[in-house]
Amino acid sequence: MAEPAVMAKGSRLLNAAWIRPFLFLVLIVAAWDLSIRLFHIPAYQIPAPVDVVKVLWTDWPELLSQSWPTTYATIAGFLLSALFGIPAAMLIAGSKTVESYVYPLLVFSQSIPKVAIAPLFVVWFGFGILPKVICAFLLGFFPVVVSAVQGFKSVDPDMVDLARAMQGSRTNVFLAINLPHAMPAIFSGLKVSITLAVVGAVVGEFVGSNSGIGYVMQRSIGTFDLPTMFAALVILALLGVILFWVVDRIERLVIPWHSSQRADIVIAA
Amino acid sequence: MKPALSPTIRPRGHLRLATEETAHGGASGIQLSGVSKTYRSREGDVPSLRPLDFHINEGEFFVVVGPSGCGKSTLLKMISGLLPPSTGEIKVEGVPVTKPHGNVGIVFQSAMLLPWRTVLSNVMLPIDMKRLPRDKYLPRARELLKTVGLEGFENKLPWQLSGGMQQRASICRALVHDPKIMLMDEPFGALDAMTREKMNVELQRIQRETGKTVLLITHSIPEAVFLADRILVMTERPGAIAAIYDVPLPRPRTLDIMADPLFIALTQTIRQHFSSQGALD
Repeated sequence: MAEPAVMAKGSRLLNAAWIRPFLFLVLIVAAWDLSIRLFHIPAYQIPAPVDVVKVLWTDWPELLSQSWPTTYATIAGFLLSALFGIPAAMLIAGSKTVESYVYPLLVFSQSIPKVAIAPLFVVWFGFGILPKVICAFLLGFFPVVVSAVQGFKSVDPDMVDLARAMQGSRTNVFLAINLPHAMPAIFSGLKVSITLAVVGAVVGEFVGSNSGIGYVMQRSIGTFDLPTMFAALVILALLGVILFWVVDRIERLVIPWHSSQRADIVIAA
Repeated sequence: MKPALSPTIRPRGHLRLATEETAHGGASGIQLSGVSKTYRSREGDVPSLRPLDFHINEGEFFVVVGPSGCGKSTLLKMISGLLPPSTGEIKVEGVPVTKPHGNVGIVFQSAMLLPWRTVLSNVMLPIDMKRLPRDKYLPRARELLKTVGLEGFENKLPWQLSGGMQQRASICRALVHDPKIMLMDEPFGALDAMTREKMNVELQRIQRETGKTVLLITHSIPEAVFLADRILVMTERPGAIAAIYDVPLPRPRTLDIMADPLFIALTQTIRQHFSSQGALD
């Protein structure tokens, strides 16, 4: 236990989880500022970091209020993709027939660009939150299904046999073995899904909406207000990071036994 | 039943082929009559086991030795009721097997412990599956863990245990619901040689204490001779009975028995089955 303890101390010192990417980010911003000065890039092409920070500071209330609709649409779309994606994966992994009918079509549907069909949702569902939610759902759905199918399928058949030989019912065996076994894969799918759901929500806002960060970006590009546009990008990135972090935290709570979390257990023990 | 033996490998002297006379038939134990298995695949039917007839007595330590892919694992699945035989009938305790009957404990080559359950909770898996009262069997599970030297590890997670300890826990899991039969599919194949010998001694003790009927599949001839009351030697795929040998070595056996002339002669005889067939891989 000595080694993990030392590692824990070291990671606490550096606070590795966020200090390192933060340092790297500072470096990138410095390089950005420097290259604008060096190559005399005009402000209507790339704004200076200072201008972006200024906008973030002055327009913060406006940006914050605009980020809520995007957040709601992202979370709703994400929850829908989990709600439909996991059962769909169960069916696909559980039945060869379902898999042969549904899976190829699902992959096929993924090659349709969502951006291209997003205006259709506006036609069908208007300018409200619904088209954004659907866009977020459509982008987030696929990674959940693919990962969960892989998770459900990678269960050792001997383990299932063992439980079945003990007269475990189908449901019992599924709940005791298949589902927990698939959890790590499901969560890796959910993590990809949450970041794609942000993209989906913004795409929905691009094509037809009068609120949200995507709308802010669309409007600021129209008026060549690049600092605002970059500020919106920063907000979006933050939103993605926060939501990803939340899913990651939930994962740690749900599957503390998984090998990726073991260092934590040793520290906690 | 006449076991098929090529003329060159007749058992010598005191080694005798076991026949139906040594097996006291009846309702107890495991009875296989005309059991065969053929798998259907796209390329056509693949025979896995040729018709088998034998009887395993209650409380007997029965070991099956055979080359890879001779259908040993198929045999195990059919006896546990997971797989229906293509022909013939299997009776466990006089009752024909048609579906999982739960009267078996299974141990596989890898311990197959669920990583999200503690050791104790893993041992309790059969109880959960059979929906038996948990509080009634918890003391038994603790007791079993104690007898295999895992006291104090009840609340550890499987990955915190060594391979040998994990396999001990999986033996406890196979015993917790007190089945009549233990089916073991190369249970110590993944362990290092020294741990393996220790586990063999331990398994012998557990079997003697519990009086379970054990059907153990192995690739190791010394392991087979050390553990078995009777040894069934199988041919290559599709598997059939090459011979059944009695192991008249006294019990309890210690590892020293491996130097016994009878032990050496038996391993020699069994090995000849495979050197004439090709490698035992």
